[in-house]
Amino acid sequence: MFWWDFIVGDDWRVAVGILLAFGLTALLAATSVPAWWVLPLAVAAVLWLSLVRAAR
Amino acid sequence: MLSAFLASAVETVEALTIVLAIGLTRGWRSALAGAGVATLALAAVVAALGPALTVIPIEVLRLVVGGLLLVFGLQWLRKAILRASGWKAIRDEDAVFARERAEAATAPDEERAGVDWYGFTISFKAVLLEGLEVAFIVLTFGSTQGSIPLAAVGAAAAVILVVLAGILVREPLSRVPENTLAFAVGVMLTTFGIFWGAEGAGVDWPGGDAALPGVLAFVLLVSFAFVAMLRRQRVAVA
Repeated sequence: MFWWDFIVGDDWRVAVGILLAFGLTALLAATSVPAWWVLPLAVAAVLWLSLVRAAR
Repeated sequence: MLSAFLASAVETVEALTIVLAIGLTRGWRSALAGAGVATLALAAVVAALGPALTVIPIEVLRLVVGGLLLVFGLQWLRKAILRASGWKAIRDEDAVFARERAEAATAPDEERAGVDWYGFTISFKAVLLEGLEVAFIVLTFGSTQGSIPLAAVGAAAAVILVVLAGILVREPLSRVPENTLAFAVGVMLTTFGIFWGAEGAGVDWPGGDAALPGVLAFVLLVSFAFVAMLRRQRVAVA
């Protein structure tokens, strides 16, 4: 429970979103398509969704 | 080093509030013993894990460190944005101090190993729990930038500065702009988390290391925009 709170924090969806974004980035990076834009956009989207949920 | 310094400053202010409350209510011996043992435990964590991290291949290290920094950074940033936009109460060190003192005054007396056990354990837990995240930041930043001691010096400098201020004023440091510091820490952790995490996942940033200020500007812009949008939403609801 302590490590869950410590690493995952208040919103587990943020951690899951980041994991998925890392996976997509790694997949794209293995192709010829540029992948640098995935993580910044994913972070912004995940953060906004988490904030909106908290502000309801 | 700056990230470790700022994160350490925020966490030390929070831990100091509790140690002060315990010291003034239950006596300084147990409060300082608890804080001292916790500080030694944190130093042992850094000393033990630091050398282990240096043998991990840099790409793997960047992926793991990037992921951890992102998860930590987004926790800091989320909380700071909610506080800055009025959706979450700003942490009130005076209120925490008063609550801790009231609880300490009514807790039963029990002496173990020559110290007041309640005072020791509360002080120990406060310093250990607040300091653990700083220890991780020191380890992650230090290992990816090749100097754990430098990051540790940054964190230690903040501890010394905040503790000296606490000794001088002998009350909680409620005027420290905690949320501004937390916002800055969140922005930095998130920026480095994106940068190193993407590199670890196999990304080549356009312009190489020169892309880092661009990522920082993006994170800052997004964070300020979210504060403004949530503030407007808050006003509309009120």
